[in-house]
Amino acid sequence: MPSLDDLRKRISSVKSTQKITKAMKMVAAAKLRKAQEMAEKGRPYSNKMDVIIQNLSKAINDPSNAPKLLVGTGEDKTHLCVVMTADRGLCGGFNTNICKLAKKYFDEAIKSSKNLKIITVGTKGLDQLKRDYGKYIIKKINLKDKKKLTFLDAEEIGKQIVELFKNKGFDKCFIFYNKFKNVISQIPQQQQVIPAKIEEKDKKQEEMSSYEFEPDEDEILDDLLPKNISTQIFKAFLENSASEQGSRMTAMDNATRNAGDLVDKLTINYNRSRQASITKELIEIISGAESL
Amino acid sequence: MDKNFNLEIISPESILLSEKVNSVVIPSFEGEMTILADHIPLITFLRPGITKVEGSKQSQFFVEEGTVEFSNNTLIILSSTITSLESIKNQNISKIIEESKSQLTQDNLSDKAKYIVSHKIDTLLKINQ
Repeated sequence: MPSLDDLRKRISSVKSTQKITKAMKMVAAAKLRKAQEMAEKGRPYSNKMDVIIQNLSKAINDPSNAPKLLVGTGEDKTHLCVVMTADRGLCGGFNTNICKLAKKYFDEAIKSSKNLKIITVGTKGLDQLKRDYGKYIIKKINLKDKKKLTFLDAEEIGKQIVELFKNKGFDKCFIFYNKFKNVISQIPQQQQVIPAKIEEKDKKQEEMSSYEFEPDEDEILDDLLPKNISTQIFKAFLENSASEQGSRMTAMDNATRNAGDLVDKLTINYNRSRQASITKELIEIISGAESL
Repeated sequence: MDKNFNLEIISPESILLSEKVNSVVIPSFEGEMTILADHIPLITFLRPGITKVEGSKQSQFFVEEGTVEFSNNTLIILSSTITSLESIKNQNISKIIEESKSQLTQDNLSDKAKYIVSHKIDTLLKINQ
């Protein structure tokens, strides 16, 4: 049985923890609103980019001459995985969920004897992956000291990936991130960026897309595809940051509630042992008086 | 010229402009191009230059690169470097010009990159006048 003093100390410590988690929740809520707004504003760009690429790829009749970024190298040996996580913890299962999905994929790739290359973006993912997959990690990108992520940051990463692809560093590229569905649910995603995924064509649409290209299709694609990769990465950034804040908000909300429960429980304990000690003292006094 | 079409200028961060316009002049990669309503479907990309929009009011944008699609009387301009001309005037243009010029003197520049940089310098000089 802990003493009254111990209980009092524990209650006050839990209360101050509760204050911290509450403050973190508020901060996350404010940041979430901003991040969500940015994610929503960023969507039209990547959606339109997608549409244009779909239209362009329909116009290409001879896949053997098409840019490699669109159709792939024709091989399936080396896989590059870009795992995008947060730089900060205390956000529930956010980082773990991405890593879990990535690890599952890594194991499959290793089992089917494919070469694996990993780029980590964000420090938390690196921490979780470096023990088991450290030898596959070829690059660690750290954005910790960036206050706000801009398109330029995404472009930088995109350029590095395209460069690596041109040097025949890999055949397929995937990015792992959390898609923001709503505040309480974020879905870890695996998305293939190289070669670009082309959806099955609709016959109706095919008739409509008789585009004029200036200069020709190939040159436009050459210009557009690297941009598309940057765009996809930027989209993943935005979704990720909204998800991170949402996840943190939920986690901190739960923590605050749990701390409240704990305080209630401890207070009852405290009161009970206080009462017990008073009763004990009374009994001692009374039995002392009786014995006289 | 009373026929309108939709123009959407979209950057990764936001939708800059979405309205009905009469005509748009874009600095397409192979030269300037004016787009009016009922243009045939078109996909092209941009070099550095000035995009002029004429609608209920006139506006001008400076672009460095971008992708353009026209279909169903909707013109979509996707660009990560598009800024309105007023806001770029406030920036230090001469410094950007100097930087671009030093870029131009590098040996390993491809012809395409040279073409793009020289157009950037030309456009900025024009703005700076």
